[in-house]
Amino acid sequence: MITFRTPGRLTRFRLPLAATAITLLALPLAACTDNNAGRSADDGSDARALSVQANDDACTISAATAPSGTLRFSVKNDGGKINEFYLLGSDGLRIIGEVENIGPGLTRDLVVSATPGKYFTACKPGMVGDGIRAEFTVSDSGQPSQATADDRQLVDQANQQYAAYVKDQTEQLVTATEKFAALYTAGKDDQARALYPKARVHWERIEPVAESFGDLDPKMDLRQADLEQGQKWTGWHRIEKDLWPERAKRYRPLTAAQCKAYADDLVANTHTLYDRTRKINFTVDQIGNGAKGLMDEVATGKVTGEEEYWSRTDLWDFQANVDGAKVAFEGLRPILKSRDPQLDAQIDDRFAALQKLLDQQRSGDGFVSYDELSQSQVKQLSDAVNALSEPLSKLTAAVV
Amino acid sequence: MAREKESVVGRRGLLAAGAGIAGVGIGMAGGTAIAAGREQEPQQPTPGDRTYPFHGEHQAGIVTPAQDRLHFAAFDVTTASRTELIALLQAWTLAAARMTQGQGAGSIGATSGDYDAPPDDTGEAIGLPPSGLTITFGFGPSLFLDDRGRDRFKINKRRPVALQRLPHFPGDQLVAEQSDGDLCIQACADDPQVAVHAIRNLARIGFGTVALRWSQLGFGRTSSTSTSQQTPRNLFGFKDGTANLKAEHRQDVDDHVWVRRGADPRANWLAGGSYLITRKINMSVETWDRQSLREQETVIGRTKAEGAPLSGGTEFSRPDFELKGRSGPMIATDSHVRVAHPSQNNGAQMLRRGYNFFDGSTRLGRMDAGLFFMAYVTDPRTHYIPIQNKVARDAMAEYLQHTGSAIFAIPPGTQPGQYVGQSLFT
Repeated sequence: MITFRTPGRLTRFRLPLAATAITLLALPLAACTDNNAGRSADDGSDARALSVQANDDACTISAATAPSGTLRFSVKNDGGKINEFYLLGSDGLRIIGEVENIGPGLTRDLVVSATPGKYFTACKPGMVGDGIRAEFTVSDSGQPSQATADDRQLVDQANQQYAAYVKDQTEQLVTATEKFAALYTAGKDDQARALYPKARVHWERIEPVAESFGDLDPKMDLRQADLEQGQKWTGWHRIEKDLWPERAKRYRPLTAAQCKAYADDLVANTHTLYDRTRKINFTVDQIGNGAKGLMDEVATGKVTGEEEYWSRTDLWDFQANVDGAKVAFEGLRPILKSRDPQLDAQIDDRFAALQKLLDQQRSGDGFVSYDELSQSQVKQLSDAVNALSEPLSKLTAAVV
Repeated sequence: MAREKESVVGRRGLLAAGAGIAGVGIGMAGGTAIAAGREQEPQQPTPGDRTYPFHGEHQAGIVTPAQDRLHFAAFDVTTASRTELIALLQAWTLAAARMTQGQGAGSIGATSGDYDAPPDDTGEAIGLPPSGLTITFGFGPSLFLDDRGRDRFKINKRRPVALQRLPHFPGDQLVAEQSDGDLCIQACADDPQVAVHAIRNLARIGFGTVALRWSQLGFGRTSSTSTSQQTPRNLFGFKDGTANLKAEHRQDVDDHVWVRRGADPRANWLAGGSYLITRKINMSVETWDRQSLREQETVIGRTKAEGAPLSGGTEFSRPDFELKGRSGPMIATDSHVRVAHPSQNNGAQMLRRGYNFFDGSTRLGRMDAGLFFMAYVTDPRTHYIPIQNKVARDAMAEYLQHTGSAIFAIPPGTQPGQYVGQSLFT
């Protein structure tokens, strides 16, 4: 869709690895969130809801024990430094869960699933050192634990699979883009038009990854409506308009030299994207958020027919976004199935329902033009996107 | 003469006097007992009884504490007669002055007068208190030079240099039927029906001289213009307008809102006035609601609970954009609060006066909701355009679509006997 992403937006799909090292460590022992946090005790208090008063020299927790299940530590930073809070394993090394970047005066929750055993809590004022530690005991509440020993392996597997998928798609993107650019430069417009939506499929399948490069994305995928006055317009959609100028007013076709310049530029940027994605790694939260992000793209740009304003090939992009989201979801399913089988089944059903609607719009080896959809068909698709996106937005919290 | 007296009593008095007609004494706030001549304990004035003076150095409705409701309307002038235009402004001024004081639009009222004539007030505000109504008028660029390049009213030589149609901003998906206009009227009140009543009566007075181009209802003010007000929340669920200009900060308001004499030598008629920018901003609320709390707070740069900057403190703490967290600045570089903050924009501040809107749903079954953004600034070239070019690329922009856009010069206030905008025509 809109495409212009500046660096801070990477919180959702942050690529530089340094940022996520801690999160990665946190995964193995299943810091699982669960909405059914057990309300215990007859007095109405919740033994799993703990408060933490943290300042620059102290870390006071409302209780030193809690029953197993989903614990919620509400951490208030009363100090002057940025603070963090950790729940560590009995060895004092493994991070079961952590919450970082608690600004002075702010309160943040750490929601974590804990099995019976010995733990340590730690506040880390100033984000350095071992932190202010204390022993913490989780008693057996009899509630079954969702954490399994296989989690680490499942997580590794999901991350590797997704990295391989991104790698493969960027490779195909390079090949298809080069071919497209050559056809377009050679003036073989019919063939270029036929290849355009097919080549873009590889971009759209990994759109959140591609978009996370704040400098590349506007050069490659900016739509005309997103331009600032005076800004140079390059990339896929600039060429799209030249190939499908029917909706443009008084359009003047690009010269051969201009065609070549735009095509070369697109190829060069695709190569840069390729280079940057060679050694890319992912974490499950990135994959989960990426799946949701892809469906956000569908909701904002594709189902509305805004993405491919000139070519009307929006349904190709729609399918590609769904493909990408589905792959991400499939990769996380082994983890999700053990954590929340109900959510797993619901997302699976809704992917199927959406795909069924999309399949009705297939034509040849692609899709009908967006203009051929009736208003009620668009609404059906939009409703199905909402139906899928809502449970999909719960995926990340369920698997991290 | 009797009519004159009635009109002084106002809408509520009118109803009380006509109680025999209505047959009921519908719970009128305050005043009723006095009008009816009954003795009663002195009542506490309710907020609904509040009125703001219509006359003054500046028009009301700018630094006035933001009311809860809005009805905004933009008009095309359909006459090319300068005389007719001035006559309309005179008629509007009189009616607005009356309505803001809780009276009917005309001197006769909604329920009396010639039995064979339609009443000179539409009547739906009978029984409602003044509700703090303010009415504010403005002139769009096309009043000076229309789409065909005509200077219909011989005023273009006095057109402020800064009064230009706004440029295209990134992501704009403007709808012509929700943009621009020769004239505008902003009616703010604490009761939606009072605001609607004002626009309806003014539009009625203008038929034949002006035609309604577009209008917008707003509820839930999304900023505070007074330190006496709590910071409200927008439809993203976040506090909005924490760093807004407040009326009590006189020097800031003088520097950033009012147009100074001499600022634009050919437009000294605008001294004491301001520029109003309106933007209809649709929010993708469904998509927003699927973002994690972390993402929502990162996009905004403040906590959802209290509105404190992510660098720490409480709502009104100064954001620390330098403070580094575990993985970069505590307040993300593209967060809305950082990009829009005066410290990142040469100190430029706006007086925002936006309202939430919820216009039902779209044909796709989506909530047609968002923010009707309004900001008063001393010069759009320094106080709006560069900032909008930046925020159009911030992290929040992904959830927004700008569908309406307009700019107006807001003339200074009027004194009794004058009409609004008189300084432009004399």
